[in-house]
Amino acid sequence: MMEIACILNGAPRRFRVDPMAPLSDTLREGLGLTGTKEGCNAGDCGACTVLIDGAQACACLVPSAQAAGAEIATVEARDGAVGALLARLRAAFLAHGAAQCGICSPGMLMAATDLLLRDPAPDRAAVQDALGGVLCRCTGYVKILDAVQAASRGLLPAGEMPPAGAAVGAPIARLDGAAKLDGTERFGADEAPEGALWLRIMRSPHAHARFTLGDLEAARQRLGLAAILSAADVPGSNAFGIMPHLKDQPVLAEAHVRFRGEAVLALVGSRAALAALRDADLPVAWEPLPALQGTAAARAPDAPQLHPHAPGNLLIEGRLNRGTEAPPAAVTAETHFRTGFVEHAYIEPEAGYAVPAPDGAGMEVFACTQAPYMDREETARVLGVAEELVRIRPSACGGGFGGKLDASIQPLLAVAARRLGRPVRITYSRAESMASTTKRHPAAITARMAADAEGHFTSYAFEADFNTGAYASWGTTVANRVPVHAGGPYRIPHLRNRARAIYTNDTPAGAFRGFGVPQAALATESLVDDLAAKLGLDRWEIRRRNAIGRGDTTHSGQVLHASAGLPACLDALKPDWEAMLAEVAAHNADAPRLRLGAGIACMWYGCGNTSMSNPSRMKLVLGRDGRLTLFNGAVDIGQGSTTVLAQICADALGLPLDQFRFVLGDTALTHDAGKTSASRQTFVSGRAAMETGLALRRRILALANAGEDAALALEGTRLSVGAARVIDLATLDADLEAEGRYDPPTTALDENGQGTPYATYGFAAQIALVAVDRALGTVKVRRIVAAQDVGRAVNPTLVLGQIHGGIAQGLGLALMEEFLPGRTENLHDYLIPTAGDVPEIVVRLVEDPEPEGPYGAKGVGEPALVPTAPAILSAIRHATGVTLHEVPVLPHRLWEALR
Amino acid sequence: MSAYHRPASLDQALAIRAGADVAVLAGGTDIIPARTARAAWGDPPRQDVLDISAIPGLNRVETTETGWRIGCLVTWSGLLRAGLPPLFDGLCQAAREVGGAQVQNRGTLAGNLVTASPAGDGIPNLLALAAKVELASAEGRRILPLAHFLTGYRATALRRDELLVAVQVPRLDGAQGGFRKLGARRYLVISIAMAAGVVALDGQGRIRTARLALGACSAVAQRLPALEAALRGVTLAEAAQVPQAAHLDGLAPIDDIRASAAYRRDAALVLLRDLLAGMPTP
Ligand SMILES: Cc1cc2nc3c(=O)[nH]c(=O)nc-3n(C[C@H](O)[C@H](O)[C@H](O)COP(=O)(O)OP(=O)(O)OC[C@H]3O[C@@H](n4cnc5c(N)ncnc54)[C@H](O)[C@@H]3O)c2cc1C
Ligand code: FES
Ligand code: FES
Repeated sequence: MMEIACILNGAPRRFRVDPMAPLSDTLREGLGLTGTKEGCNAGDCGACTVLIDGAQACACLVPSAQAAGAEIATVEARDGAVGALLARLRAAFLAHGAAQCGICSPGMLMAATDLLLRDPAPDRAAVQDALGGVLCRCTGYVKILDAVQAASRGLLPAGEMPPAGAAVGAPIARLDGAAKLDGTERFGADEAPEGALWLRIMRSPHAHARFTLGDLEAARQRLGLAAILSAADVPGSNAFGIMPHLKDQPVLAEAHVRFRGEAVLALVGSRAALAALRDADLPVAWEPLPALQGTAAARAPDAPQLHPHAPGNLLIEGRLNRGTEAPPAAVTAETHFRTGFVEHAYIEPEAGYAVPAPDGAGMEVFACTQAPYMDREETARVLGVAEELVRIRPSACGGGFGGKLDASIQPLLAVAARRLGRPVRITYSRAESMASTTKRHPAAITARMAADAEGHFTSYAFEADFNTGAYASWGTTVANRVPVHAGGPYRIPHLRNRARAIYTNDTPAGAFRGFGVPQAALATESLVDDLAAKLGLDRWEIRRRNAIGRGDTTHSGQVLHASAGLPACLDALKPDWEAMLAEVAAHNADAPRLRLGAGIACMWYGCGNTSMSNPSRMKLVLGRDGRLTLFNGAVDIGQGSTTVLAQICADALGLPLDQFRFVLGDTALTHDAGKTSASRQTFVSGRAAMETGLALRRRILALANAGEDAALALEGTRLSVGAARVIDLATLDADLEAEGRYDPPTTALDENGQGTPYATYGFAAQIALVAVDRALGTVKVRRIVAAQDVGRAVNPTLVLGQIHGGIAQGLGLALMEEFLPGRTENLHDYLIPTAGDVPEIVVRLVEDPEPEGPYGAKGVGEPALVPTAPAILSAIRHATGVTLHEVPVLPHRLWEALR
Repeated sequence: MSAYHRPASLDQALAIRAGADVAVLAGGTDIIPARTARAAWGDPPRQDVLDISAIPGLNRVETTETGWRIGCLVTWSGLLRAGLPPLFDGLCQAAREVGGAQVQNRGTLAGNLVTASPAGDGIPNLLALAAKVELASAEGRRILPLAHFLTGYRATALRRDELLVAVQVPRLDGAQGGFRKLGARRYLVISIAMAAGVVALDGQGRIRTARLALGACSAVAQRLPALEAALRGVTLAEAAQVPQAAHLDGLAPIDDIRASAAYRRDAALVLLRDLLAGMPTP
């Protein structure tokens, strides 16, 4: 340790540091300034950006010794020029919806401060250069760039809150935004009980191996640890997994590992002891086995069987059959397509802590998650205790996108805390997060599609193997969802769809924005382009002719009675499409090397779980003290459910939004709102929030004996109902309480995949303008115009945020993202789009109201991602004539295809 | 626990260097990510650290009689502030494209050379600038041409007791530098391939001297002597037509996660032509 003196946020400070500890760690753990985030500890994400002597730097790359004598500013700075700029930036970020999950926000704010200190009126390119070193996985950057430019012009006034009854549809700033922007938000790694021990997981370096453990107690003593836990220490069932019948993943492996990164031992002790420890010093003897990498290897006739319950390594096959005989076709197209693993790359690695109850049974877990109730169930089973004894307190979630639906740290923390009888905390390293948590399923697809001479689709067939990796996770969901969606949002009388989930020795694949649908759309939209080419039809035209709409029947035999806005989406894009085609033609007339191309794709997406009950329940309390509290169990992972649900509830009740207080997502305090996935929170929990607001309103009206349209007003404990009645809440016997519940009406799918799998669907179409350098094979996406039917935009700012973010992820899927186990386990080699990669985005919202949804709303989270990659590939093909069969379209792949 | 030295003089640093096997740390932008990667898979480094960042006088770009001397603590951003002539345009372009602003503000050119990654953006530029490195030890100084300093994949001639104290760049009057970097995204990206070059024209507008180098296409970035010879006497307007596949025969690009070898070879040629085509005419 050494003592250093520096100026920190304007004040002279002296403190003792470990000289080699990263400055970010000293700020966070030593000084409690947790506003500075750590996403990678390798300079790759920029979440840790601070100012050192006025210049932005990654605090994770600065040894604390180098802070000596320096002037350091963090997001917590309040005074001076930095404080003043931060105040302007915060206001602009709020107003523009530039913070979603907020984990990147401190880094973004500091990078922007660095810029504005040097350049008070930067142009767009200067803003991109300044923010280029900070990754954001949620927003697609556009709103961040807008916000920085707005902040350079001065301090924006705070937005007005809508009056009673006008919350739905108002583009208000997110209600939980302020904390995300001043560094006070608590993510998983931002708090821990005094004296918590640290947990580190020793993981398999092999994709497939047997192992034996030596004398763990001797090793524990030699290494100075509190405990070394193995499978034998799991008190309950050493198994977890998404499906009730498929708990196939051990918390700690038992003599056999099935993927690189699988948890083997849980090491508990002081942080220093764990940091110094080498895996080689642990008594584990490995016997590596041949690994099944990829689905072809796992399906080979002589492949070893990885799980007793899965002969042929087949987890499940989902099917859809529709129509007995296909109508006669004039043209047919066939294709094959391959996609790789895609990493969620949320900027917050898994982190949290567990606190054991003194009774030896209860457990509280604070961690980032998308599914608190599922975590509770998993944790309780692993501990061997009743679910009620486990409390999950979700931390703020620094990005999820499906990757934080599965339990990760929760069972490990709980086991360690139980065994030690003390609080235990963990923060995954970036490599650990990437190696051990789920990915988007790689897919190997073949598909065929036919149309008649007028371009009406006549038949479609789809076969795909999805690599579900070593454990099932959401593999069954992918296999069930894909056949329903694979044919695309088109009227097709005859379909034969098969989607298999195959076990391999690769990283487990799970849920990722779209559950397999984005992969299928790549193949299908390419076929639609093929058919258009064969028939000499415009690509927009063929989609418009086949677009499924109100009154049409889906591939699973469901009639769309309402809210089917794909035709309207396509119509909204028509002028953009024509202009884009004209722009391409004009440019390409004399540009042999840099070619422009326009592409188009459509999508549909069922909101909520496939053919499964997925209820949500909310509670609203108007206290005798006049406090109005919404108990909302839906986890806001940045998409904005906290705000959207409040807007809905406020209008249902009829009181203004700014009178609401919130108790959020805590299994001890809120009801189960279901998980934040499948684009279900706005639709399902939104409807529950509406029902809750309406229920309380009915109670109040009954109490006041007032008519249905009586206006409510709350002042202190005085609640006026209509013009005449006033209730003094303080005089009531009890608080006024109401609950609402909603479970979307669905039916099971039969053996042909027929039924009503979802209560409603989102629809979207996008067009993309790309520039392709034919010599280098590089692609730059210049513009995306997105039309999306959202039913009702409850909060247009947040809706845009989802669409922008989905587009950025779709762009990554199309052009750069490929997770290779053991090779791209960091954000240096695994590339996601930066602030310089995202195109201009234009959004055309279509609002075809969904009668089941709250105020007509339905899901928006996943749909935006689905059409982006196919539209980009369609555009590349338009620019070059080359049809691609694999993503990501890395420069060398396109170059090879162009040869 | 390993020791951390942060001496305030070069002599002290060299004495520490002479006495123990220490990991030298300047901006930390290579060394810390490498440590993070090892620690993540249970192999935390234990080597002592010699932090040279507090040594005064090493963060200056000086003009000498024969050219320039870039101190080993000069960062990428520092280079951009140094007011260097067009000869350095390529190196400055690289400085703007290394990582993001955070890395540019802390990472040093010298660290880039010592890391000796085949994809180090500074290296082909400094090869084209005919740079030499100044190495100091407690015993004295020696100067090596950069091409001799770089001995292989992530390997250099730096002795265990030495520090790289400065990079020397000779004058080349009226010369213009340039750089083309190819990566799969806009910021924070390691080069798939890159071309750097310096050209100087004679009185008739013909190329008097051309020095070109390619990075990420061989274990060590390389100059292209045959191409340089072929460019001599050619006008700038014609220069872009000169590079041919045969000029790259000495390279050995590899297949890796970022690109295929065949692509690298072809892309390198395109980058060279683009580089020459983009050289501003005086
Ligand atoms: C996110 C990110 C992106 C990056 N992008 C790029 C990129 O696009 N292009 C690129 O080329 N590089 C890139 N880098 C790598 C890095 O920034 C550069 O190589 C940097 O210039 C190294 O300088 P440093 O001072 O930080 O070196 P350090 O990490 O301090 O040291 C690097 C090596 O040099 C040695 N060393 C340093 N100084 C001396 C000296 N004076 N004498 C002897 N030995 C010395 C060290 O011992 C170590 O082996 C990136 C790094 C990060 C983290
Ligand atoms: S934590 Fe520092 S850059 Fe990611
Ligand atoms: S808001 Fe940027 S990473 Fe979530």
